[in-house]
Parts: sequence; structure tokens; C-alpha cells
Amino acid sequence: MEFDLWAQLPSVLPEIGLTALAIVVLFADCYGSQATRRNVVYISAVSMALLALVPLIWLPDPALYENGALLWGGMVNYDPLAQIFKVMLLLGGAVTCVLAAGDKGVGDKGEFYLIVIVATLGGMMMSSASDLILVFVALETLSIPLYMLASFRRGDQRSAESGMKYFLYGAFASAIMLFGFSLLYGFTGTTNLAAIADSMNSLGDGLVAVMAALVMVVLGFGFKIGAVPFHFWTPDVYEGAPTPVTAFVSVSSKAASFALLLRFMTAVFPADLVIAGVVIQDFWINLLVVISIISMSLGNIVALRQTNIKRLLAYSSIAQAGYTLIGVAALQGENPDLAVASVSFYMFMYIFTNLLVFGGAILFIAKTDSEEISDLAGLNRRSPWLALFMTIGLLSLGGIPPTAGFFGKFFLFQAAVNANLVGLALIAVTNAIIALYYYLVVIKVMYVDVGPDDDVAIGIPRVYGWSLGITALVVILLGTIIVTPIYNWATLGAAGL
Amino acid sequence: MNAIGTEPYIILSMVLFLMGALGVLIRRNAILLFMSVELMLNSANLALVAFAREWGQVDGHVFVFFVMTVAAAEVAIGLALIVNIFRERQSINIDDLQQMRG
Repeated sequence: MEFDLWAQLPSVLPEIGLTALAIVVLFADCYGSQATRRNVVYISAVSMALLALVPLIWLPDPALYENGALLWGGMVNYDPLAQIFKVMLLLGGAVTCVLAAGDKGVGDKGEFYLIVIVATLGGMMMSSASDLILVFVALETLSIPLYMLASFRRGDQRSAESGMKYFLYGAFASAIMLFGFSLLYGFTGTTNLAAIADSMNSLGDGLVAVMAALVMVVLGFGFKIGAVPFHFWTPDVYEGAPTPVTAFVSVSSKAASFALLLRFMTAVFPADLVIAGVVIQDFWINLLVVISIISMSLGNIVALRQTNIKRLLAYSSIAQAGYTLIGVAALQGENPDLAVASVSFYMFMYIFTNLLVFGGAILFIAKTDSEEISDLAGLNRRSPWLALFMTIGLLSLGGIPPTAGFFGKFFLFQAAVNANLVGLALIAVTNAIIALYYYLVVIKVMYVDVGPDDDVAIGIPRVYGWSLGITALVVILLGTIIVTPIYNWATLGAAGL
Repeated sequence: MNAIGTEPYIILSMVLFLMGALGVLIRRNAILLFMSVELMLNSANLALVAFAREWGQVDGHVFVFFVMTVAAAEVAIGLALIVNIFRERQSINIDDLQQMRG
């Protein structure tokens, strides 16, 4: 095959741009003047937002992905699914940069933005990877910067502890996943995701090895998305890490992992893979259904008794991972397109929703130095806008119209029902009602309760307020008028799988 | 040349992997824990190289080079984190990492 650089270049254009940005930020921070260094945050945020336009506008030519053509020697998938997740990750990174800007000890250090950019780069490679080698390298390019970010606040015991825990558990999980990869390679003699499935099908035995590899890979993914029983790191890391980092970990690592999970499961363990009479797909669907049910239930029930806002959001994010897994499990039906679209849409709206809630929490924690929910009392009188933004975010997490969360859950449940997973959908609805309780409690505390500092106003810095406002607007728009175009775009993503 | 088949290598790599995994679960010293994780990574490397020989390909070898590079980066970060926690706590016993609970 002749190598055509100009045809292949667009598939990695955002990554190239991001790498250039990382170098620029590194040098601007090292050698720039005081003024330049202060502007590193805007350079990073604006460039990432602009780079997001590239995959947004430049959709790949269907001729490229419909027959499963891979670029760069079979390493990179250039299909709409990868493009959708790249847009999400870039926007998530851009918003994170702005939200971190005012945080003392975090946002005033230029290297913070550099590490965020590199982590985003890893996430983008994950969303388009189609080879075990690239999957592993991308996964670590995302994870290693996140370990650094979690312990970013110097001289803070909780931050140090959070980074250490995240690192030890994370390295353990990726070592297990790597061993699963080595089994897959040993069994099939190829590292290309699509070729692995073909090779396993033609071999037709070795059930135990395939199952072992499958379980190891699911364990790795379960860790990255924070699903039960691999969730134990989540609350501690979320609580201890600096809040902007928590926001970033909760959206970017999760979105990239779901993109890869969708691709990995459909490519390596497809529906027609039958080994020794066992349909492999049934096995992993059942596995994911169980993980999804316990994640939702445990996350929501433990969240009920949390008093720390960051821990509450940690358990809420475990539950949200459970909901999203419903969409992955729905891949089993006649209509996998619906499943892919629902997961993509859910992640798209989840990024904005979670960044909005965390954005509110970051400012509150920075101004009051308290993470207790009870201290949010009277927030409506202290800063009406902040209370409003957080309310929109919490309602969206709870799935109340007219916010984006409603349609996110609606599409997931629709996909589940279409895939004959009615029972799972019912459990999820019950869980959504439980979850609504603790989200509404926080809103009640902000609007009804009276606190000791009721008359002490909380000022919102201008840029910060605008970015929160725009995020809130996107959350509302995603629940009203731009639902259809975004969902149609997400449906396109299924085409390449 | 192929006097030893692939199976012994795979069995060895599985033994190493289990030793590493047990080490992570049993050890309480952060550095020993970290060494156990590295042992797991290297057991996967051994399996990859053995499989590559079995298939007569270089893909597995290439994979191993990337894994080694990543592991080196992980060592750099991991040791920095351990130094960081030692400065804060004067201890690297992970049972002492209990400030957050609930």
C-alpha cells in the first residue's frame, strides 16, 4: 500500500496541534516574562478550544472508515467516534484550564497546564487507538500525568496521599491489563484489534486463555472508569486531589476510557466470536450488566450519607459510570448503533455537567476553605449566580428536564430497552430516583438553609463567571434545542465500529 | 535452537505475575509494593517476548520496548510521589495513608 501523507494527516491533526501547544506552553512557562506566564492559562484554554473545532468540522470521508481502513500502519482509527470523543476531551481540557486559573498552588503554576495538555493528548490517542501497543501507550500517557496532578498541591498531606493511592492502584490495574494484552497477543499473533478477533475466530479454541484475557482487560477498564468493585480509589483520590484536578479526572479519564471500551469490546470480542460453543459476547455483556448494577446501587446508596461535597460527587461519579455501562451492555442488541450513540451523548453531556458542578465547588472551596455540604447553607444569598450554576449542574446529574442529563439518561434507557435489557433499565430508573434525593438535598441546603456567614458575599472573578455561564448554557441547550444535532452526530459515531 | 518450548516461559511469566500480584496485596511498604508492580509489568514483557518467538514476529519485541519506556516513566513519577509522601509523613507504610475515610 502506498503511503499517502496528505490523506493520513487529518486523522492526527488535533494530536499534532496539541503536541505543539504543549511545547509552546513549556517554553512560555520556562523562559517567558511574568506577563507571558500569567497568560499561559489563556493560551492553553483558547488553543484547546480552537483545536476542538478541527475534529468538529473536519469529519472523515465515509469511504475511509466504512470498510475498516486503518491509518498510520494500522495504529489509528479515523472514524466519527474518535472525532466525537476528541472534541469532548479538548473542550473538557479547555474548561479545566480556566477553572484552575485562580486556584492557589495549582493554577498559578504553568506546568499544571502542560500536564493537563499531555493528559488530554493521551486521552485523544486512546479514543482513536486500534492497536494494543498504542492502546497501552495512550492509556499510560493519560494516567501518568493524572498521578502527578493528583498530588500537585505541595505541602498538602491529603493531596500527597491522594496521588500515592491513585498511583499504586493505577499502576497495579494497568499491569493486570498489560498481562491481558500479552495473552491476547500470544494467542493470536497480532496486536491489531480487528485482526485479533478474526484470528481467535479461526482458531476456535483456548477458551480459558481468552476468558482470562477478557477478565483482565475488563478489570483495567473498570478501574479507569471507577466502577465497582474497582472503585475503592475514587472517593479518596477525589477528596484529596486539588479540586480542579478532581474535575479533570472525573471527566477526561472517564470519557476516554469509555471511547476505548466501546471500540475494544466491539472489535476484539464481537458478536460472532464463538469459542468452543461459548458466545464470548454473552459472557462480557453479563459481566458488564452485573458491574453496572452494583456500581449504580452502591454509588448511590453510599452517596446518601456523605457530608463532604467532593466525596458526594465521587460516589455520584461511580453511579454515573454504572449508568453509562448500561449503554455499553446494550451493544448486545440488534441495534448497537443506538448503544454507541447513547454512550457518546451521555459522555458529552456528562463532561459539561460535571465540570459545571465542580466549577461551582472549586470557587466555593477556594473562597471559604470548607468542603462540607452544610457550609453551602445560604449560598443563594451569598452568590445567586454560583448557586444557580450549581443547581443547573446538580439537576442535570439527577436527570431532570430541561437539562442535558434528562436526555442523556433517556437515550441510555432507550438503548437498554431496545437491547432487551428491560430489567436493567428498571433498576437504573429506581437508582436515578434515589440519586435525585441527595442532589436535591444539596440544592435545598443552598437555597433554604440559613448559615452563619449568610451576609458574606462570594465574588466570582469575571473570566471564571463567564466560563461557568457558558458551560451552564451548554448544559441547558443540550437538554433543549441542540439535542437532535448532537445526538445525530453521536449516531454517526457508530458507523465506523 | 528451540530446545526450550514456549510453555515454560509462559508458566514462568505467570508465576512471576502471581508473585507480583500477591506482593501488591500483601506488602505494606510503598517501595516494595512498587517493585511488585514492576515485577508484574516484567512478567508481561517476558510473556510477550516468548510469544513473539513462538510466532516468529517482531511485534512482541516492539511492544516490550514500549512497555519498558512506559515503565521507566512510571518509575520516575512513582519514586517522586514516594519521596513526596515521605516528606509529609516521615513514613512510606501505606497503612498510614488513612487521613481520608468515610
